[in-house]
Amino acid sequence: MLSDAEWQAIFISLRVAVTAVGGILIPGVALAWLMARHEFRGKALLDGILHLPLVLPPVVVGYLLLISLGRQGWLGQWLDSWFGVTLPFTWQGAAVAAGVMAFPLLVRAVRLSLEAVDVNLEAAASTLGANRWRVFFTITLPLALPGLLTGTVLAFARALSEFGATITFAANIPGETRTLPLALYTLIQTPGAEAAAARLCVISIIIAMLSLIASEWLARLARRRLSERDSQR
Amino acid sequence: MHDATSIPSLPPHSASGPVLHLDVERRQGDFQLQAQLALPASGVTALFGASGSGKTSLLRLIAGLDRPDQGTIRLGEEVLTDTRRGILVPPHRRRLGVVFQEARLFPHYRVRGNLTYGMRAAMRSRFEAIVELLGIAHLLHRFPTTLSGGEARRVAIGRALLTAPRLLLMDEPLTGLDGARKQELLRYIDRLAREIDTPIVYVSHDPHELTAIADHLVLLEHGRIIAEDRLDALLNRFDLTEHLGGFDAASVIVVSVIDHEPAYALTHLALDDGQTLSVPALHAERGERLRLRIPVRDVALALSEPDGISYRNRLHAIIERIGPRDDTRTSIELSLNISGQALRTRLTRKAFDEMGLEVDMPIVALIRSVAFEAR
Repeated sequence: MLSDAEWQAIFISLRVAVTAVGGILIPGVALAWLMARHEFRGKALLDGILHLPLVLPPVVVGYLLLISLGRQGWLGQWLDSWFGVTLPFTWQGAAVAAGVMAFPLLVRAVRLSLEAVDVNLEAAASTLGANRWRVFFTITLPLALPGLLTGTVLAFARALSEFGATITFAANIPGETRTLPLALYTLIQTPGAEAAAARLCVISIIIAMLSLIASEWLARLARRRLSERDSQR
Repeated sequence: MHDATSIPSLPPHSASGPVLHLDVERRQGDFQLQAQLALPASGVTALFGASGSGKTSLLRLIAGLDRPDQGTIRLGEEVLTDTRRGILVPPHRRRLGVVFQEARLFPHYRVRGNLTYGMRAAMRSRFEAIVELLGIAHLLHRFPTTLSGGEARRVAIGRALLTAPRLLLMDEPLTGLDGARKQELLRYIDRLAREIDTPIVYVSHDPHELTAIADHLVLLEHGRIIAEDRLDALLNRFDLTEHLGGFDAASVIVVSVIDHEPAYALTHLALDDGQTLSVPALHAERGERLRLRIPVRDVALALSEPDGISYRNRLHAIIERIGPRDDTRTSIELSLNISGQALRTRLTRKAFDEMGLEVDMPIVALIRSVAFEAR
């Protein structure tokens, strides 16, 4: 039904998006918690920097990644010499680009849901002998779970659709960094590939719909676990 | 007389030394809290004052939820807070139970999960007993949002108790409950205070709760402690009348139940010297010690036992102290000694002068038994 190239694009897209979201999940939640629960110097500045990927043209983000994480970049040099890791023009590089672009969306959603958790419940838990970690994992996180799921899906969708930063930083290499959007772009550039482009378009829509449905289902499940169950009376 | 709460007598003065020492200062906007205290190691200590007097702030400082600007808090020998030495033991390591005004149950845990959240291993064997004592056994599988206000408070109390706290802090736990629920929860808290040996610090602004439950009283006003002593001692101070109910001020006397007279729906009570009182039927065992709250305005005086009068409760007493009686006052406060206990009354200055009352005079105190609210 689908051609090899199409399967490949789907596979790369999912691999990049899952890796990107998996990579930013823990730092994203940690940063969101820090922003939601603490006041510190430079918070506004950090908040601004955090939101940069949302407001900058993606190509600019890709370019910044290239000069910092590229072979000659200050961070890239270090990664190369210490770990032998090269990011540009690899699928891992595409994941980094997607992760950076998705990060602010994740942090925003998680922060909002953390802020909605009653700090009085956290205080009550601490008087019951729970340390910070226990309070976080038994009270804060479960109560913020619906927001965390929403944030994760948003981030996942953003990572799937990432184009500008990816093509700049990781290029458009078939079988390596050619994700669905890049494959679609390539087909649009190719004369006579209109039908193939339309197919990819439909595939993209299906994947997006599936992830939306999955997130809605998970969020509903989480909310039901949290909310009152009058039938339990 | 008003309510007789089925509550034990005031315990004898605690033999062990004071358990909680604090000397703290904290500024919150315009509000300045300044307190030096040594709370007793047993019984119920009430922090009492109008809203905004700093009682809850004080409780939060003790719990470690807030940091004083300066000062120290010690529990026995253990330093919990010392700003000079930079010590601030976090709440989770203080081992103090806190019952907040709103129950603050965790909505994603069932009642059982809430109760066991901070339960100490040593308390596991007492789980059933505490659940039974608080009457929440039938709620264990429910989620907090399905509980009534009173039920939720009881669960919150149980949850705090199961952490085996060294001190139980309660912040107006009866707030928002209606009269009957209030009485009910008050009884639970009281039973608890008797059956566990954890000292309780009880924040309240209601004189009724106070007389029903407190052994020791700390009176707060505008962030300062204006008086601190045993409850009966403070209730007997004329200068604190305005703080302790004003027109509704009351004394507390301790009596024991002799028997019940169902035909008239009465319960007969006795003072230590054998004098008796009748009150509307109470649910109490014979021999049980009770506190009676007697509003000062429900006590009248007679020079001798009067005839043809409906007041059934007549107690022989001695006038012990007479309050200020300058020429601008309408009424005068008196404190009587009845069988070694203090009973206060208020009468008009005119009646006082015409009766020629003096300190050490024997007198008959008439207490309106009809003023009792039958349960």
